[in-house]
Amino acid sequence: MLMSIELILNSVNLNFIAFNKYVWPNRLDGVFFSIFIIAIAAAEAAVAIAIIINLYRSHQSIDVDQTEEMKY
Amino acid sequence: MSGSIIVFYLLALLTLVSAVFAVTSRQIFRSAIYLLFSLIGIAGIYFWMQYDFIAVVQIIVYVGGITVLIIFSIFLTQQAGELLPKQKMGRQVFAAMAVFCSFALVMLQVFKNKFIPATGEVVQPNISAIGEKMLATTEGGYALPFELVSILLLAALIGCIVIAMRSASFLTETDKK
Repeated sequence: MLMSIELILNSVNLNFIAFNKYVWPNRLDGVFFSIFIIAIAAAEAAVAIAIIINLYRSHQSIDVDQTEEMKY
Repeated sequence: MSGSIIVFYLLALLTLVSAVFAVTSRQIFRSAIYLLFSLIGIAGIYFWMQYDFIAVVQIIVYVGGITVLIIFSIFLTQQAGELLPKQKMGRQVFAAMAVFCSFALVMLQVFKNKFIPATGEVVQPNISAIGEKMLATTEGGYALPFELVSILLLAALIGCIVIAMRSASFLTETDKK
């Protein structure tokens, strides 16, 4: 689910920052990549939660298996 | 073993253990709380590496924003105390294999390549250096991605409002009921 995506993005951020600190201490590129990843992850989480809440409102469930009316 | 290394291992342990619990816990609310601890641990590692700005951004955006949003949506959509269905065995095996492969890939790269730290002046990652680089239009500046991200955030804002807004026809239908 959403939480796993957040964890994965966080681990990538951590890698960027660590390599930036220990391999290229004279540049700041890793920091910028992390900042942009954080911003995009925030936007993505907000949109996903809006979709989930809307889905729950119309189907009374957030189980993806039950939302099948547009499947056929 | 110096104190700094002990602090690092404690933070890494907190992050990893709570991340594993967040993925394996079968109660979704507990999993959100474990995710919160994992994010705090990562912010602590940023502080440990003296990247203060990133650590503060991490705490504000993730701990203060996204986790609260996730907990809100859990409360709005889930019945409390309900266990999540158990995952299929095949999926678990596949996920474990994916984790192992990516870990092996990163470790292989770390040990195969010899990293030569760049010489030259060390840029202190303080806020003024980050801000100057962020808005620089010269080579190596990040003005264009900065503007793109601002447009993306605006689009996400409007999109969220449009998605979550009740349409007028839906409203009248529920009123009739």
